[in-house]
Amino acid sequence: MNKPELVTTASSLEELQQLLDAGADAVIIGEQRYGMRLSGEFQLDMIQRAVTLAHEKSAKIYVAVTNIMNNDTIKSLPNYLHALERLRVDAIVFGDPSVLMVHKQIHSNLALHWNTEMTATNYSTANFWADRGASRAVLPRELNMEQIIEYRRNCKIEVQVQVHGLTNIYHSLRHLVGSYLERQSKPYEEGTYGLDKALYLVEAERQELIHPVYEDHNGTHIMSADDICMLENLPELIDGDIQSFKIEGLLKSVAYNVAVVQAYRAAIDQYSRDSSQYKENPEWLLSIQRLQDPRRELTYGFFYKEQVY
Amino acid sequence: MPESSVIEMQKNSRRKLGLPELLAPAGSLEKLKFAIHYGADAVYIGGQHYGLRSNADNFSFEEMEQGVAFARMYGAQVFVATNIYAHNEDLAGIADYLRELERVGISAIIAADPAIITMAQKFAPKLEVHLSTQQSTMNWMTVQFWKEEGIPRVVLAREVSMEDIIEIKQKVDIEIEAFIHGAMCSSFSGRCVLSNHFTDRDSNRGGCSQSCRWKYDLYDQEHRNIHPVDIEEEQFTMGSKDLGMIEHIPELIKSGIDSFKIEGRMKSIHYVATVVHAYRQAIDSYQQSPEAYITKPEWISEIMKAANRPLTTGFYYDTPDHDDHIYSGEDKVVEVEFTGVVLDYEPETGIAIVEQRNYFKQGQRIEFFGPEGVKFQQKINHMTDEHGTPISVARHPLQTIHIKVDQEVRKMDIMRKWS
Repeated sequence: MNKPELVTTASSLEELQQLLDAGADAVIIGEQRYGMRLSGEFQLDMIQRAVTLAHEKSAKIYVAVTNIMNNDTIKSLPNYLHALERLRVDAIVFGDPSVLMVHKQIHSNLALHWNTEMTATNYSTANFWADRGASRAVLPRELNMEQIIEYRRNCKIEVQVQVHGLTNIYHSLRHLVGSYLERQSKPYEEGTYGLDKALYLVEAERQELIHPVYEDHNGTHIMSADDICMLENLPELIDGDIQSFKIEGLLKSVAYNVAVVQAYRAAIDQYSRDSSQYKENPEWLLSIQRLQDPRRELTYGFFYKEQVY
Repeated sequence: MPESSVIEMQKNSRRKLGLPELLAPAGSLEKLKFAIHYGADAVYIGGQHYGLRSNADNFSFEEMEQGVAFARMYGAQVFVATNIYAHNEDLAGIADYLRELERVGISAIIAADPAIITMAQKFAPKLEVHLSTQQSTMNWMTVQFWKEEGIPRVVLAREVSMEDIIEIKQKVDIEIEAFIHGAMCSSFSGRCVLSNHFTDRDSNRGGCSQSCRWKYDLYDQEHRNIHPVDIEEEQFTMGSKDLGMIEHIPELIKSGIDSFKIEGRMKSIHYVATVVHAYRQAIDSYQQSPEAYITKPEWISEIMKAANRPLTTGFYYDTPDHDDHIYSGEDKVVEVEFTGVVLDYEPETGIAIVEQRNYFKQGQRIEFFGPEGVKFQQKINHMTDEHGTPISVARHPLQTIHIKVDQEVRKMDIMRKWS
């Protein structure tokens, strides 16, 4: 019986500890300079403490090195990867091929998880990156269940699927909030419209959809108006042999993320013990719904949706 | 084009030594012909599958063959965009499709997805593979990675600065292609699924519904609309002005960029011909005398006759700010309309035989222009239909009209009017 890993994100060491206690098998952390859309900043000294905390519980730390890198950033990449290896992080997550080049150049033994967000759309491409050293593919959130299962079946490496939380739907290197404020002659200082400002966008004809938007070192990020919640359909994904389930904790309270991890932990554990006896406990979903922002719907994302083009 | 110069050009590729290739979009066979006739060294087109413009009139293999034959007369090349990110179910037909592209004489594909890249290398080895901008390549090590994968040309992300382009060219021996003109994604290309969320259309397989150009309200955490103070109607948008680098040709050439790319497979033949012609003149002028080079105001004014949006230099010199986005409507800047193409000219009568592309009428001020220096304005004083019957308005699309012209015109010259 497949027992998938439950991986999540953390904004601080305190949250990380609570999520490990709640049952997370792995936590993704990192810093903006190298990693994209992180809940918090983890400098190397904090990563070191995170590794200690995680390894005490036989859990893992994955560090996001997911940025689209420019010439300047890659200068310090060799030192950064060296440091991460010394700290014994369990894997790095990458999208830009320069990370592979550096990895090879310094003879790193760090495990490589391939994640190019919305463009990692087929298993053949995942296998291309597998042949170049990746040991896991992170699937885009825009695939449906059938595509995900076929992907997994034909993929040489582990696959990770997001099962809960919001997703990124637009990423620009521009400072779009700042540009808009400048246009209005309002004061704007770069870096002041981050996650903590809780800004959101509403499209003229879709008033019910609340899209979080924020700026950071990597530009402007617009996020989905809904939160994926696959709790009720977890057996389908476990039976499909998906090796890793991700809970995205970005823009959520610690209490919310703890509740979500606990619920998925309970479901995975119960199903893996004996799938024939599995019965979903209504309290799992209720515990999430109680803390769910009422303006944000829990949905199945694109898992059961048809798209055209 | 005179017969002799066509033959002259056949001996060599049109692209001149030490100068960048001018690469133009061609949404149809007719646009391909105009793009090349007006000065493109190469064009990129879309086929029936695997391209990112599912709404364009994409080429059949037969049309591709005709396009390649036309291009060869000018020593030009034809590339095909196979730039989708494929899904599992797309994979089965790709190899056959690529073999067909190779067979009909396509020089290169522009691809982003390694699944497509590796299939091309395996099944259609004569096709060059150019790495699409959809891969968001921004640094020299990533360019080096693709070089080692056997890729001869990388189309950089539109977010790369001039300084970084120069460094990439210095560090890696590979062809670099960069966008110099046209509409652009304000996101990293490929890193946007607004269409998927708003309209269930998959942007990375050609279904983009341009949601970045829609209007949005921006709210703060107290749910207050961050209203424009003085300009009440302006809402938040991600929409960018179009890229336009006509005033920076010497720097672009000196940077070492091998191919100057113009965006716009959905644009009209008028747009393509006008923009290509302006850049062609600029590049050729630089080649003739780098020291004496100046940006001619007429190149800019020509481009503005075809432009749909105001222009920006994108990320070349700085991160775009409020001046680089379009907050009030689309700021339509076009005042000139494409009205016809010249099919032929009768020197003895001074009659231009024109195919109508937009309504025009007697007394209207029109302009003819062509790639070999034709450029003049006049009023329409006398015109007839193809049977010689005088008419006062030309209202039927593709109708053949005879117009008395003040100066000689040539086949494929373009006729415009002021709206």
